[in-house]
Amino acid sequence: MTQALLLQLATAILFLPLLSFLLIIFFGKKLPRQGDAIAVPLLGLALAAALVVLIGKLTTFHAETISYTFTWVDFGNVSGIGPLKLELGIMVDNLVAIMLVVVTTISFLVHLFSTVYMSGDVRYSRYFAYLGFFSFSMLGIVITNNFFLMYVFWELVGISSYLLIGHWYEKKSAADAGKKAFIVNRVGDVGMFIGLNILWTNFHTLTFEGVFGAIKSGHIPFESNPWLTAAGILIFCGAVGKSAQFPLHVWLPDAMEGPTPVSALIHAATMVAAGVYLIARVFPMFTADALMVIAYVGAITAFVSATIAIAQNDIKKVLAYSTVSQLGYMVMGLGVGAYTAGFFHLVTHAAFKAGLFLGAGSVIHAMHHALHHQGDHHTDPQDIRNMGGLWKKMPVTFWTFVIFTLAICGVPFTSGFMSKDEILAGTLAFGNLTGHVFIPIVGFLVAGLTAFYMFRIMILAFLGTHADEKRYEHVHENSLPIILPLMILAALSFFFWYSPNPFNAASGWFFHAVERPESVVPALVAATGIEQFEQVLEHVHGTAMYLSLTVAGIGILLAFVTYYWKKISADAFASALAPVHTFLVNKWYFDELYGATVVNGTIGLARLLAWFDGKVVDGIVNGTARWTMGLTLGRKQNWKEGGAESLIYIGTSVVVALAAGWAAAVAMTPATAGILTMIGYGALGLVIAGFTFFLLHAGVGGFDNTIVDGAVNLTAYLAGFFGLILRRVQTGRVQTYVLFVIFGVMIIFFMYRAI
Amino acid sequence: MALHISLTHFLLLSAVLFSLGIYAVITRRNAILVLMGIELMLNAANINFIAFSKYSGANLDGQIVSIFVIILAACEAAVALAIVLNMFHQFNTVNVDEVHSLKD
Repeated sequence: MTQALLLQLATAILFLPLLSFLLIIFFGKKLPRQGDAIAVPLLGLALAAALVVLIGKLTTFHAETISYTFTWVDFGNVSGIGPLKLELGIMVDNLVAIMLVVVTTISFLVHLFSTVYMSGDVRYSRYFAYLGFFSFSMLGIVITNNFFLMYVFWELVGISSYLLIGHWYEKKSAADAGKKAFIVNRVGDVGMFIGLNILWTNFHTLTFEGVFGAIKSGHIPFESNPWLTAAGILIFCGAVGKSAQFPLHVWLPDAMEGPTPVSALIHAATMVAAGVYLIARVFPMFTADALMVIAYVGAITAFVSATIAIAQNDIKKVLAYSTVSQLGYMVMGLGVGAYTAGFFHLVTHAAFKAGLFLGAGSVIHAMHHALHHQGDHHTDPQDIRNMGGLWKKMPVTFWTFVIFTLAICGVPFTSGFMSKDEILAGTLAFGNLTGHVFIPIVGFLVAGLTAFYMFRIMILAFLGTHADEKRYEHVHENSLPIILPLMILAALSFFFWYSPNPFNAASGWFFHAVERPESVVPALVAATGIEQFEQVLEHVHGTAMYLSLTVAGIGILLAFVTYYWKKISADAFASALAPVHTFLVNKWYFDELYGATVVNGTIGLARLLAWFDGKVVDGIVNGTARWTMGLTLGRKQNWKEGGAESLIYIGTSVVVALAAGWAAAVAMTPATAGILTMIGYGALGLVIAGFTFFLLHAGVGGFDNTIVDGAVNLTAYLAGFFGLILRRVQTGRVQTYVLFVIFGVMIIFFMYRAI
Repeated sequence: MALHISLTHFLLLSAVLFSLGIYAVITRRNAILVLMGIELMLNAANINFIAFSKYSGANLDGQIVSIFVIILAACEAAVALAIVLNMFHQFNTVNVDEVHSLKD
């Protein structure tokens, strides 16, 4: 395998889903099975290619970064700005190769799952087209080697997420959720955009290599370290939006209005991981302060959403908040410097969280089917209180769900145990090194909470007795395309894929392949170096493992005591802590807070501007018109008709004339600009207006009639004349126009050839 | 007073044009006016390209890109106007917010 072949394969992986999108969006209804017969094999092909790339990368070119760059636009050296050159390209390093496999695997399984889950949907073919489009955009984020293309794909991912959340747009809640996701993401993206502009202004390059190289050589933005920190935090804002971090986490739970496989693909495994990938990608340029911000944002997110997840009853909502919480873990892990652990958690979490969502989808599908059979359209198929006892009816879904739950809780021999354990060890080391003990405390607390709420939904949905005997009889296990992805993902949730030793991830290929990159920021503001960090990490690793096992065990035990053996009444507990419970059920009132401040603030501002536009701007325009009319016609009743209103308009006009005069005065003689000059120029304007009035009133109408009207009529005549000639060219036939375009292009072509 | 027209002036012009285009797209209900807003935005981008190219003086990349944009804009206008025409035949209106049933 050569480097060129690797790049070609990577490019093919990027474009295969795009091909699927184009074929299905244009010919969807005519294709076999409305297009899914094309989408699934194409994604399977992409997955196969991704596996080849990963194996080739890890075996043949383990340490190299293979990249291909070309110059898209070169403006040369612009005077006053400097060289302007946009370079685009792709690259494959170990991080990229792993992400390619993660994205294509989940995407392929979700495609497969959807063939059954979405069957009979009104927009079945469009759904598969959008899935392909999403996969393309996500792979684009992963594979690019510069901020520019990354931003482009970043936005494409945003739009495809919007389209898929709003797939059932007849439902108002789904349409609103799509809009909310899109707009909240924009908030973060604006920050990222500003961050990229700081980099561009200073370095005139947007390739990762170029930016990091410039910083490493001592060239920092605006020659000041705070600017470097600011650039890092602003780019991190993009990740805050996409990865649903506090305070922009509010969109993700609402995004569950989309079809469940979409939740698995976009809102659990890949798109929300894009933010984490971004942090990992630009990790070398974060200063210690920026990393501190990242760690705290991650920790707060993990804690807030874990507490909310406890009090939710919709199975997808619980999983959504659990996702937000786990993303907080990853961000926290990267923030404290446990780079490999944070990224490792992204990979393991992608498998088991996609599995959890698909498992929930399987349950919802079965519930929906049973409810439909009964003719019941009121019971919510997603509410865990309506489930129970499903393990007997849906054994495969149950056992795979158990494996995913164990993995997310961090029980030994699962992949989740290894990655979570490494993050927690990282937070402990960070706490030891910097004294910020808040972060490890939150880390362990959240581990306990996670175990509790995950076992809560598992027990309520699958164990115990079903809420309705009759409905229970109609619940059945789903067909192979639904349970096969579950089994594959369950297999991927075990430790042996990543490391031979279930208690030490560092001995596996993954930790060897993904190593924390050297920081490029000046030593003064850099975070703790890798060697020092690893030393402390070594020291606290055992403690972290025992602590995390203890808290997870307590969480699981509490869930069983409360919901299985019912030794503690959950309802009594909730009513005893009523204020806290209501606070959590209402999700910390974030939506209400944003509604009251941001949404109402925007609406208020819009009203204010509408008032200003309607009254002041239009008032001045109308007032000027009336004033002119009054002057030229000289009719007395016109003045009377307007009455007091006219006076106000005249007053406004005078003020504007004076202001304009003052502006003119300032522009011309800045040194002597004063109130007298202003009045002087304003008065000059009034004198000119009065003189015009006098001329017109004195009956110099002849000039108007012959010269002015004559010019206007001549123009009209000429326009008509040329119109008659030129209309012959306007055949109204597209062919003719295309011919013109081709002629034009040819002329341009020959012009440039001559040069 | 001698006015020296620098790159900044072009960029300002382009920014103003772009803002006007966005304003039109956001506030107008008439599909044709929305399209005009889009044209304004595209041409604002063209001004940027050409201005950079003019002041660098090194090559014609900017001009070429803007010609490319013009061609794309022409295609876009052709397709969009065809859609608007069909919309008018179908609904007897070109107001975008009155056309709901296009969704299916």
